[in-house]
Amino acid sequence: MTEHSSGPSRTPTRAATGPGPAGTPLGAPSTLTQGAPASGGIGESTLRPDGTLKVTGEFAYSSDLWHEDMLWGQILRSTVAHAEIVSIDTSEALALPGVHAVLTYDDLPTGTRHYGLEIQDTPVLAHGKVRHHGEPVAVVAADHPETARRAAAKIRVEYRDLPVVTDEASALAPDAPLVHEDRDDDHSRHVAHPNIVHRQPIVRGDVARARERADIVVEGEYTFGMQDQAFLGPESGLAVPEEDGGVHLYIATQWLHSDRRQMAPVLGLPEDKVRMTLAGVGGAFGGREDLSMQIHACLLALRTGRPVKIVYNRFESFFGHVHRHPAKLSYEHGATRDGKLTHVTCRIVLDGGAYASASPAVVGNASSLGVGPYVVDDVEIEALALYTNNPPCGAMRGFGAVQACFAYEAQMDKLAERLGMDPVEFRRLNAMERGTVMPTGQVVDSPAPVAELLRRVKAMPMPPERQWESSEGADVRQLPGGLSNTTHGEGVVRGVGYAVGIKNVGFSEGFDDYSTARVRMEVAGGRPVATVHTAMAEVGQGGVTVHAQIARTELGIGQVTIHPADTRVGSAGSTSASRQTYVTGGAVRNACRLVREQVLELGRRRFGSYHPAWATAELLLEGGKVVTDGGEVLADLVDVLGDEAVEAEEEWRHRPTEPFDPHTGQGNGHVQYTFAAHRAVVEVDTGLGLVKVIELACAQDVGKALNPLSVIGQIQGGTVQGLGVAVMEEIVVDPRTAKVRNPSFTDYLIPTILDTPDIPVDMLELADDHAPYGLRGVGEAPTLSSTPAVLAAVRDATGLELNRTPVRPEHLTGTG
Amino acid sequence: MDFLRPASWQEALAAKAEHPTAVPIAGGTDVMVEINFDHRRPEYLMDLNRIADLTEWEVGEDTVRLGASVPYTRIMEHLRAELPGLALASHTVASPQIRNRGGVGGNLGTASPAGDAHPALLAAGAEIEAESVRGSRRIPIDAFYTGVKRNALAPDELIRAVHIKKADGPQQFSKVGTRNAMVIAVCAFGLALHPGTRTVRTGIGSAAPTPVRATTAEEFLNAALDEGGLWDNGKIVPPSVAKRFADLCSAACNPIDDVRGTASYRRHAVGVMARRTLTWTWESYRGTRRTTEGVA
Repeated sequence: MTEHSSGPSRTPTRAATGPGPAGTPLGAPSTLTQGAPASGGIGESTLRPDGTLKVTGEFAYSSDLWHEDMLWGQILRSTVAHAEIVSIDTSEALALPGVHAVLTYDDLPTGTRHYGLEIQDTPVLAHGKVRHHGEPVAVVAADHPETARRAAAKIRVEYRDLPVVTDEASALAPDAPLVHEDRDDDHSRHVAHPNIVHRQPIVRGDVARARERADIVVEGEYTFGMQDQAFLGPESGLAVPEEDGGVHLYIATQWLHSDRRQMAPVLGLPEDKVRMTLAGVGGAFGGREDLSMQIHACLLALRTGRPVKIVYNRFESFFGHVHRHPAKLSYEHGATRDGKLTHVTCRIVLDGGAYASASPAVVGNASSLGVGPYVVDDVEIEALALYTNNPPCGAMRGFGAVQACFAYEAQMDKLAERLGMDPVEFRRLNAMERGTVMPTGQVVDSPAPVAELLRRVKAMPMPPERQWESSEGADVRQLPGGLSNTTHGEGVVRGVGYAVGIKNVGFSEGFDDYSTARVRMEVAGGRPVATVHTAMAEVGQGGVTVHAQIARTELGIGQVTIHPADTRVGSAGSTSASRQTYVTGGAVRNACRLVREQVLELGRRRFGSYHPAWATAELLLEGGKVVTDGGEVLADLVDVLGDEAVEAEEEWRHRPTEPFDPHTGQGNGHVQYTFAAHRAVVEVDTGLGLVKVIELACAQDVGKALNPLSVIGQIQGGTVQGLGVAVMEEIVVDPRTAKVRNPSFTDYLIPTILDTPDIPVDMLELADDHAPYGLRGVGEAPTLSSTPAVLAAVRDATGLELNRTPVRPEHLTGTG
Repeated sequence: MDFLRPASWQEALAAKAEHPTAVPIAGGTDVMVEINFDHRRPEYLMDLNRIADLTEWEVGEDTVRLGASVPYTRIMEHLRAELPGLALASHTVASPQIRNRGGVGGNLGTASPAGDAHPALLAAGAEIEAESVRGSRRIPIDAFYTGVKRNALAPDELIRAVHIKKADGPQQFSKVGTRNAMVIAVCAFGLALHPGTRTVRTGIGSAAPTPVRATTAEEFLNAALDEGGLWDNGKIVPPSVAKRFADLCSAACNPIDDVRGTASYRRHAVGVMARRTLTWTWESYRGTRRTTEGVA
């Protein structure tokens, strides 16, 4: 940390989380200052500023927030899935010493008592009836979390059971109970039944005629189970009442401004009196797009005049956020004898559960991406989401494209087998490319290297066979069942499977998807320093790393400070849809460029007369200096800036999109497409139906890897999440009662490191000219193809049809 | 909730006599989960961690006296030769952190059919040393499990130790879970060969209301091994015998359908594990017999 040219320290620093300025809670975020070796710009694998803190346990998560005098909030949730609320008696709870408030629907302060991402159908607290197991009914604030729990347990709620709607048949039956009786949302007008949230057909070409050309037609029915995001750090936050009557919420979320837009009307406050600061987030994967405890904590804080903290435990977290939509999918694929697809029809029924959440957009994705990354001119697609009394479902990594990919890739394998073709060659023969027309009519106008990704993933070396064999007998860690010691090689069969998927990047269907960045440059401690301020939620994706890299590249300096994300700057949009590096990254880049122009203008004013190049040459900022494109140094930034701070703000948008036509599904609905391919190698104990995934090789086009290490982390993480739903992850809902049967990590299993295979990654970088630096969203695509690749490999090993995921031991042993 | 912290075993017995509803806690790997999930709110919690004696073990002539709180990690590290079945079972318990805390006394106290130690204890043969202010007694493992999460302890009794027969032949343990580590048993199976008495013992976990032995299967196999002179001639177990043994082990199950697996799968899997563990132990016995003239 001596000279500008050598770059500042490698070690990220973080302001100590001691008691901050008056009123700031302990555990609230502080600035993250990062130096970097060499240039530390884009394309380098700079390390996360929060990585070491997280690994050593020093990182302050939202559950670590603490404020003097704070109260603890507790939510009472419904014990039944569908029932009228006959009465609620809070008197015993209120009488408990230490209890400061008990609120029900009747205590809500304004006429706005519902919220929702797309449809405002979710009551802040249940009103008249509950629609799913675990719905919030009342909230309590007490001076100790245990007291709050005791008090919640003393609230007497009398329910009168209603019949439950749990699937398409029960939702659309002639006498089906309506989950929402009085719908007046935009989607309600074009759906055939009030228990359908949204339906999107896509029709292109002429399937009837195309079918005549088909030599082979295969049909399939597929089932996708309900997956949980299982993020680190259950829902939590701290609401602090403010002197002006407003409230400041410190919260782990994916989109501060979206939360605030939904919260303010319910709280009866103008948005500028609802201040939001992002607290430490463990992970999200879509599970923090909807509100959880935000309004509840603020209501209690405003009611009691005291800071209120709410922390879910893992059990409550399973009820506290939406899950991935379970789905039933019916497909028909046709092909000619020489292996060209003739047509695809599909019907995708998504179970949205009791509230809409992101269901309409999930329907848009499932339908528009429903045939996969293939050239097919004649398609008939229908996707819809139901209202049921099952747990609400919404956003999760892959967002509608995951379910479809599982089904269309199974179909592609079936077709290849019927045609007697290699499954990879058959896919390559039908692979889309730049210029392909999507079923929506949208022309893909950037690289779409589907055939190349398949070629690459197939070309990777195969892992050796029988790796469990050693001189000392079987190494059970290398076998299905692992240390549970279920086989020493008996019944173990290897299988190999392939899959490829297509995902959109960014918010689609005409959504105004923008992000805001504020960048400031000044001299501090004798060095030029940049501060990047956005409202971007860092949920693990690495935006805090990448923003600093962008600032270094654009401003030619080493030291960059990332300001805590809050609502004192404009919206950054959601940390979802693989969009943050693209959109907020784009905003940071452009804000930096505005700063650069201002700095150069300042330089011209101050030093222009000393050198003609100030007026004539192309000027760059490099190594803390102003240089000409010929490399001549004109001035040190320290001197250019002097005492002045240069600041710029940019609201940045990607290319606009269009809504899909409600009848034909036509429209340029998506911003960018992203592709990944997987090869799965599995070993199945056919006697016990246990699966060990040996390797999941991935090839993905990332456009431009701004941080290769982070990109590989995203690809490996997405791959494992796809593996999870292939062989173990499922929320089990009792079809008779619509109650969740396994809301804990005891019985909702996610992969451990012993379940995680080697994941070699072959990263392609074909620039998308429409995107900042040519980058392509990364996070979701690997989650798509991982699941069907594993299933294909298990089918290869067992010869079983396996049309549902996750596949369980009883499915592999005929003992279901 | 009152927290009792007896400094000695005698104090613990006195406290348990005074407060028979007191729940003993050692590693806490069962009790704390129940408290955290609000499934249980005992009036008294009795911390046994000050009683050092409970974490000790003694290897005797024929048995190992295993203190109730000896952590699974210790069993894996130090008693692999004497208690191979229990050592294998210990390795399947949860995670390293939990294995550092939990012990067999907790498994027995909870008496969940899914407890990992039970099949190994049933197969090896064991007695539970239970004590109260009224005195000490030994409860045979076969009489210990009395119902779903119920055992033969009197309200004033505590588990002090488990006396487990030292292995006189090969032992195996297998457990099915739907992931490769850190998983509760869908079902489990323990098998021990006892060349000294020329008997085979079994234990089945998570496939009946209590941990059980497959006694009919054992009797069939014992007879078949005798009849064929297999203990002496060291021939392989005929496939038809192994299959019949596996079928009888399946038949010994009385499982339920639950969120972890179907009854039908559990019956099937117990049969597969029975056959495989018989093969592994018998192959091992034949190998040992060849190299040590049958002396285990």
